[in-house]
Order: sequence, then structure tokens, then C-alpha cells
Amino acid sequence: MIAHRVHRDLARAISAVENGVTDYRGALARFTALGSASNGTTARKRADVIGITGPPGAGKSTLVDRLIEGVRAAGETVAVIAVDPSSPFTHGAVLGDRVRMQRHAGDPGVFIRSMASRSAGGGLAPATRDAVRLADEAGFDVVIVETVGVGQVELEIVAVADVIVVVTVPALGDGVQAIKAGLTEIADIFVVNMADRPGANASATDLKHMVREGKRDIPVLQTIAQDGTGVPELLAALNKKRDGDDSNAVRAVRFEIVRRARDEAVRGALAALDTPDAAAVLDRLRDHELTRNDAIDALQHIFGGTAHAH
Amino acid sequence: MPIKVLVAKPGLDGHDRGAKIVARALRDAGMEVVYTGLHQTPEMIVNAAIQEDVDVVGVSILSGAHMTIFPKIMTMLAEREVDDIAVVGGGVIQEADIPKLKEIGVREIFNAEASTQDLIDGIERIVAQTGRDRSRREAAGTAGAGQAASR
Amino acid sequence: MQTTERTIADQQREWEQLTLLPFTERRPEAREAFRTQGGATLERVYTPEHVADVDYLRDIGFPGQFPYTRGPYPTMYRAQPWTMRQIAGFGTADDTNQRFRYLIAQGQTGISTDFDMPTLMGYDSDDERSEGEVGREGVAIDSVDDMLDLYAGIDLEKISVSMTINPSAWILLAMYLVTAEERGFDRKKLSGTIQNDIIKEYVAQKEWVYPPRPAMRLVRDSITYSAEHLPRYNPVNVSGYHSREAGSTAIQEVAFTLAAGIAYVEEVVKAGIDVDDFAPRLSFFFVSQIDFLEEVAKFRAARRVWARVMKERFGAKKPESMRLRFHCQTAGVSCTAREPLNNIARTAIEALAAVCGGAQSLHTNGYDEALSIPSEPAMKIALRTQQIIAEEVGIIGTIDPLAGSYALERLTSDIEKGCFDYFAEIDKRGGTIKCIEDNFLQMELADAAYDLHRRKEAGERHIVTVTKYRDESANPHVELHHVDEAASQRQLDRLAKTKANRDSAAVQKALDEVVRVAKTDENIMPATIAAVRARATGGEIIKALRPVFGTYVETPVF
Repeated sequence: MIAHRVHRDLARAISAVENGVTDYRGALARFTALGSASNGTTARKRADVIGITGPPGAGKSTLVDRLIEGVRAAGETVAVIAVDPSSPFTHGAVLGDRVRMQRHAGDPGVFIRSMASRSAGGGLAPATRDAVRLADEAGFDVVIVETVGVGQVELEIVAVADVIVVVTVPALGDGVQAIKAGLTEIADIFVVNMADRPGANASATDLKHMVREGKRDIPVLQTIAQDGTGVPELLAALNKKRDGDDSNAVRAVRFEIVRRARDEAVRGALAALDTPDAAAVLDRLRDHELTRNDAIDALQHIFGGTAHAH
Repeated sequence: MPIKVLVAKPGLDGHDRGAKIVARALRDAGMEVVYTGLHQTPEMIVNAAIQEDVDVVGVSILSGAHMTIFPKIMTMLAEREVDDIAVVGGGVIQEADIPKLKEIGVREIFNAEASTQDLIDGIERIVAQTGRDRSRREAAGTAGAGQAASR
Repeated sequence: MQTTERTIADQQREWEQLTLLPFTERRPEAREAFRTQGGATLERVYTPEHVADVDYLRDIGFPGQFPYTRGPYPTMYRAQPWTMRQIAGFGTADDTNQRFRYLIAQGQTGISTDFDMPTLMGYDSDDERSEGEVGREGVAIDSVDDMLDLYAGIDLEKISVSMTINPSAWILLAMYLVTAEERGFDRKKLSGTIQNDIIKEYVAQKEWVYPPRPAMRLVRDSITYSAEHLPRYNPVNVSGYHSREAGSTAIQEVAFTLAAGIAYVEEVVKAGIDVDDFAPRLSFFFVSQIDFLEEVAKFRAARRVWARVMKERFGAKKPESMRLRFHCQTAGVSCTAREPLNNIARTAIEALAAVCGGAQSLHTNGYDEALSIPSEPAMKIALRTQQIIAEEVGIIGTIDPLAGSYALERLTSDIEKGCFDYFAEIDKRGGTIKCIEDNFLQMELADAAYDLHRRKEAGERHIVTVTKYRDESANPHVELHHVDEAASQRQLDRLAKTKANRDSAAVQKALDEVVRVAKTDENIMPATIAAVRARATGGEIIKALRPVFGTYVETPVF
């Protein structure tokens, strides 16, 4: 069981990394209650991290609620990190995912934390990965991450989760299309939720055909999260993936390295744009001395890159 | 850093119009708002406040049960050794009860006539004045971080 | 006619140029646009041109005749005034019974029951979730023993009794029937209304237990049971009040309410009952808000829309199936906590709108509405307000007195159009229940509520003493309803006594039977009546059915 004090300190540690007060290691050092579970003499199994992603309205939160119930019934503790979008204009956010998980509120074996995406793309908040590690250090057996789910493909979950569940629903006409666009590469399990709605079997069949084209073994399951139908099968599939070899890890590490390189390049470009040379080019653009294409070529030259404008 | 607020709706009644308008207005003012949903017990509210590590808990009560609910929330926060989350209230709260609520540590009561700007200003003021100073709490080091922030 | 119309248009343009423009140049109007509370922009002046599309016989007609725009009955208040029905409920059944008797002694003609939150939500008084709320906002009713005391000494064959309850309505209806039975009244003579409108709960009032589909089945069962056994009873009171109080527009209030009505009719027709066998007993409930003209138009539009829906969509044949009858309550949200006696003026204007709109029964709010549940003096003035309108104002002498006003007829037709637009959208999205499950209605309402809130804060609509004419001196003191803190314990004692005196094995057997029936498609009313007769409590029945029906969890929208 997880002590109330650990809940409090885990929450504070997540805030600290979320707000940039300290990094993950700093937070661990400062909130000693967190480390107590893993710093002991006996080696502890690391938390299994389950990612839940999929389009809006797919019933992700309700499914997470059911997973919490199942994980707890198996005697394991669980932390949930639920990410909701921040407004790009005001930076404010309304975080409503925990509403669907309220029946676990009194259970010290369950920790639920909402995070605003803080304008990060990719379905997670900047500090989600650290929050997951902190929850692991706090001693939770399972960490569930629910992505933003605003419709675009959310791939960053790969770098965070050991097992990824992609959730869709029959009624979403373009849901299967969206999945084709990228989620097949990251899914470990597909779930067609709200399977009591018309078209559920057709959607599941579509997905199974799609899965067969790939090399990996990806189960396609149907659930009704509302009443729990199909959830035992999902839990069983999750457990199988959790116990199996971690082929996801390789993809995850590749993805993360590419992401970091991309972020690094973006930071570099932004810094380069701040130099006097770049400013001079932009001034000439403003004064109509250069066309846009001229300006892009000139800046590219300054940065020493090789790519060209389209 | 955005201010983080828990908008909590205790009691069995469904009067959530005010709470939701508040949630939306605080979001539009750049805050991160966690909404609990309806029918929350004090324990659910306290758990959510702690796990979400909010700066302020705003409790909206129209059922007349405020003299039962607020004391429970304040006591449970103290039991969990959390003394740095400000609790404010709104809804239908009779004037005679306001001093009693402040006495047990409720920071502010916003009645039905308060404008959303009053509310935003009030929350910003509370967080700026005696609300939490996260960086100070972090700087206080490894032990007893919570107590450090409350000084 | 064409020539006349053109002349009016020409004249209006000329008037705008020659009379209006020089005037506004000297002295501009106070605002660029004047809008109704519902957000509709008002014309500066309405002329016959604005109602050229309104056909008197087709769209307005005569009272008691299709499309019932002018009223459901041919005589209206000339036969008898509306039912003055002040809602009451607090403490234990005994406490509320005393208030009922007081109101009847003051001339009230029907009674209306407000239950406490635990009763409304299906929790017994001894449930831990009920703490602090027992008997506070209404009366606590756990078992039929409580209901026997609640209506003690009241002739249930003569006085019509209304009960404001929703997710657990079918249980309270069962209690009412057992009460009547044990006191020897004839079921066929019982008149009254139970709110039992679960759809608007998901949209606005947020009192729910089970998810929408099983909840609809419970409503259906109570309607079909009433159609067979209770000829004078209204088994559902489809309500717009709560959506409007939650911030909807006037159009949404009517559209969402009648969309709910459509869903109930579809559900019952699906069960094989002829529409004319139950539609005459459907009743409705609207708010009367402070925007006088828009409200009068709203009530008229609601009648016209419902008549057309019943005739054209459902093929109803009986006039009684097409004529919409409604209860009305003045607007709680229009009342202010500041200078509370001003609420008497607001309530009087709202009550007048309800009467001009042809309400069948009316509750007027007490001046202390924004502060607590009403005190006895506040209720008395509220009732007197209705009596003044009925006896002194003279408005009851002619039916639908504002008909023919260009402005009113335009607003009426616009609200009607807004309703049919919503119906088309709802149908496109798969019907009312689907729209609730998908949060469509909830989102429409949330947007309207936020818009109204912002318009208030921007000063477009003022509230006297709150956003304008604010007097910073101390708020005038009024004596409020005294909450009897001991009532909760008295109720717990009552409940304990009921539980001690009953045959527990019989209760369990009756509960098992309710659960068995719930899993089939049989009507749940007879088993529920049997359970209530055995002294099963409301909370016990609700709880027994949770595993069968599930528990609703809202996805909040903002």
C-alpha cells in the first residue's frame, strides 16, 4: 500500500518538474519519501507503464477507470497520468479526465494526476515522462498514461510507455483512417470501444486486416468500457505484453533519439535566428530587398545547413 | 507558471452552472483548472487537491451543507499534513456563516454576486500573497518541504 | 394586401430618413442593439410587414383549437384561474405537512412537494452520502410511512398533488399509490403530477442514478402503468425550467423540452401503446423569466410547436394529445440576494408573463429565493402576488390578450422556427438520447450559459443592485427560514422505526422480485409497489438495481 505522505510528495515532485523548479533527479533528491520504495536493499521491479491513446470521444478515460479497477483487483497499485490540452491562446486548461475515475478516490493504492499539455505537441506534456518516472520511484506497480486525444496522431507515448493501447470507436468514420496514418506502428493492442454500437465488428475486422499486413502480433479487442464488457480480455492481453519481451523498447529508444535530435535542431535554428546576421537578412526581407525564397536560402547558408526551401 | 485550481462540487445537488462558468473563466484567464465533477465527498475533494497539487481549491456549495463540508475538508487537509493549499468557497452561503468559515481557515468566500473578474483577481491575490511559493519550497531542501512553504 | 405591405415598407424607410435620423443625430439611442435575454435582436419597431408570413387561422387560431397558440382550452381563466401551486418541503414529513395545511388554508388550490437531496438522488437518510442534507432543501422521504404522514389529513381525491422528483420517481409514484391505497382512496380519482423527466437531468439539473437508456425504461414503465390505471394522473412533467435556469436561451428551453417529449412519446409508442392513449396525460413545465415579451412568446410558441409535432410527426388524432398544458415557476436565478424584497417585483412581472402566456398552474418564488428555502412570510407574499393578478389586474377576462402584437407574433414565430431547427439537428444526430450520450445538448447549453454570463458582465443586461444601482450599505435584513438542525435526527429515528417494524424477509423477497423484473422487459411498477408496501425504502430499491442498470458518470462539458 502507498502511504498518504507519498501521494503528497509525489504530487509535489511532479509539480516541481512540471514548473521547471528542478529536474527529475533534483525532485527525487528533495522528496525523499519517493525514493524510499526503491532505495531499499531489495531490488524492486520497475513499474510497467501502459499508454492509452486514441481519438477524442473514444472513451479513453472510462477505459482507464476500468483498468484501474482490474489492476487493483489483482493486488497491484496504480498511478494515472492524464494529459489534457492547454489553450494555445491563454495557456489555460480545463482538466476533466479524473471525473470518470472518481470512484477510486478513496483508495490509497490509486494516484491520479492531470497534466495540461502546456502547448507541447505529440499528445503528452513536457513533464509527462518525468512524472512517470517519479510515480515509478514512488513505488506504484503500474503507471497508466492517457494522452491528450485531440485527434492528431500522438506518437510521443512511445518514448514513455512499455505497452501502448490504441482506442477507437465504431462511429468515428475516419477513426480507422487516422490509425492507418501512424498509430499502427506504435500500437501493441487495439481496442474498439463502445462495441455495442453499430459497426463495431466491421471496425474490428478492418483493424485485423491492417494488423495482418504488419509483422508484429497486435491483438484487436472489443470493449464496452461503460459496463466493463471485454475489459478482462484487455487486462489479460496487457499482462501478456507486460510479461513478454520488450520489443517496444527498441522502437521507443529510436523514436526518442530522433525526437531529441529534432528538438535540438529546432532549438539551434531558433538560436541562430537571434544572431545579427540573421536579423540583417530578415530586415532586408521586410524592406522588400529579398524575396521569401532568397531570404530562406540566405538564412540556410548562414546556418550552414544543406536543405533547401520547397 | 500557470496557477492550478481545483473546482470542486460537493453535495448531492446538481447546481454546477456556477462551477462550470468559473472553470471556464479561470481557464480563459490562463489558469489550469481541474474539475472534480458533481457529487463529491470531502474526502474525494481532499484527495484530488493533494494528488493534483493545486494552489487553490474552490468549493461551490448551494445545498446549504457548507457548515458540514468545509470543516471536514479543512480537517482532512490538516490530517494529511497539507497546509499550503488555499481553500475558497462560493455559491449560496449566508453572510452570518462567513466569519465562522474564515475562522476554520477558509480563505475567502465569493458569493453569487461576485463577478468572474473578482474571482480571478481574488485567486491571483491569494496565490501571490500567502499562496504557495513553489521555488521556496523546493529550495528548502529534502526534509519537511511542506512546512517550509507554509512559513 | 401586397400594395399595403409595400406602402408600409416605403413609409418605414421614409420615417427612418425624415423622422428617426434627425432625432438620433441629436440624441443617439442608448445602445446599438437591444437583445432579448435569449439573445434575439429586437427591431426598433415592429409593423405588419414583420408578421406578413404569419397566417391567423393557420398559425394563431382560436383557444382550444389547433395549433393551440392561444391556449389549450376555449375558456381559459374565464372558467377558473390557474392552479396556484406553491412548492413546499423541508425537514420531516410532519414538518412539511404543516406547511401544506397552512398554504391550503391561505387559498392555495394544489400542493407541490419538494424533496431533499438524498431522496432526490435515491439515498436513504441513514446513508453516509446523506449527511448534512437530510431534510435541508426539501422533505426527507425514505419509506411509505413517511409519505403517509406527508399527506396526512389531505383529501387526495380532491387536492391535486405534484411531486418534483426524477431518477427515483417511479418509486415515489409507487409510494403515492400505496399511500392512497392504505388510506382508502380510489386510484382512478387521484389527480396530480410527478416530474419524472429524466432527460433534462442529464442536460441540466444533474440528478441521476442510472445511465440514460435504463432510466428511459423506468419512465416508460411509469407512463404505461399510468395510462392503464391512473386516468387523471400526469406521469411525466417534461421540464424546461432547469435548462433555462442553467443558462440556456428561451429557444433552447422549449426545443430541448419538446425534444425530450418527443423521445418519451417514441419510447412509449415503441412499447406498443397508441399515442392517443397516453399523450393527453403528458404535461410540461417552463420557467417564467424576467424578459416579459420573449417569455409570453415562448409559451405560445411551445403550444404551437407541440401541437404540430403531435399531429404531423406522431399522427395523433385526439385534440387532447396535441394541446400542451404547462406548469410554470418564476425564475430562481433572476432573484438576487442583495435587497431581497426587490424580488417581489421581479416575481410579479414574471408571474404576469406566465398568465399572459396561458399557464395552467404557477409557483411564484419567495423574495428569499436567493438566500435559502422560503420562509412562511415569503411564501405568503408569493401566493398573494398570484391572487392579486387573478383578482385585481383584470387580465383573466380575455384570452391570450397580447396576441396580434406585431412584436409578440414575430417573436413567437421565431421561437417556433428555432425549435424546428433544433429538432432537425437532433434527428440528424440520431435522436435526443444519442444527443445526451454524445453531450451535444450539454455543450449547446454550456455555450449559451457562458454567452449569457459574458453579456451580463459586459453590461448588456443589467441586474438592479448587482451590476447597476448597487447600494454598498449593509444588505437589508430579512428573516430567513430557520433550519431545524434536529430534523435530521428525527428522520433517522423515523427510518429506524420503520426498519424495526417491518418483516425483513418479506422486504428482501420483494427487492429480489424488483431485481428479477428489472432484468426482463416486464413493467417494473407492480413489483416496485409490492416492495414499497412491504416497507422497502427508496434507497434500498435504488441500490438493488445498480448492478442491473449501472451508474451514470457524466463527462463534463464547459
